[in-house]
Amino acid sequence: MINKLENLLNFNQKALGLRAARQELLSGNIANADTPGFKARDFDFSKAMQNASPQQIQNFSLATTVPRHISSTDFRSITSVPKQYRVPQQPSIDGNTVDMDTERMQFMDNAIRYDAGLTFISGQFRTLLSAIREGN
Amino acid sequence: MSLFSVFNVAGSAMAAQSQRLNVVASNLANADSATSSTGEAYRSRQVVFRTIDVSADKAKGVKVAGVVHDQSPMRVVHDPKHPMADEKGYVTLPNVNVVDEMVNMMSASRSYQNSVDMMNVTKTLLQKTLSIGQ
Repeated sequence: MINKLENLLNFNQKALGLRAARQELLSGNIANADTPGFKARDFDFSKAMQNASPQQIQNFSLATTVPRHISSTDFRSITSVPKQYRVPQQPSIDGNTVDMDTERMQFMDNAIRYDAGLTFISGQFRTLLSAIREGN
Repeated sequence: MSLFSVFNVAGSAMAAQSQRLNVVASNLANADSATSSTGEAYRSRQVVFRTIDVSADKAKGVKVAGVVHDQSPMRVVHDPKHPMADEKGYVTLPNVNVVDEMVNMMSASRSYQNSVDMMNVTKTLLQKTLSIGQ
């Protein structure tokens, strides 16, 4: 039963993890808007989502020396997503490729999608609770 | 938890931009200082930003790597009545470009506002995350 619960929530949990990682990456881009030579980075969300397959997550595990240690989940696999440099629309002379319009747009877009992910997870919890309470 | 390092990133950017604002303020305040503690006219200062890792998962923040003195030529004005004038009547004044500094100030304050906004958005997301399943 617990296994089924995990399977149900796994997809959205992975999506949320990737959204959070992307939020962090985009915040780094915005923070470095005035740093000479900084190259803006991002990752392809759909590819990352496909790559974060369950078996890859299982390959990433912390050593558990005592049976009571909690086994690790996919925290690390999320940050190992391959990052790509953004193609600059208006490169600046100091080598900085942060385009503030693009970054702000992506940041807000990602925030809304993270929010959507939270709504989906809450919905799943409500569904489960409804089943547990036999619809009452 | 990745979302928490957004606070570190935005915080580092706010610290760096506020230092840039401080340097701009110092430049503007000393735009006409013909002398200083070293006896020479004030030289304009500029901050240099550098990317740093602010958390274990390599989140990219920013910090001020150093404050450099602007090496552009000083402003020389003919004013024989000035106490700092040399024997030919020329006074060396700071190389502060007030227009550049105003632009710098606007850019710094916009970047600072961006960081504040990032923090607010992230705070909202985290609060919503805490209320999952309620």
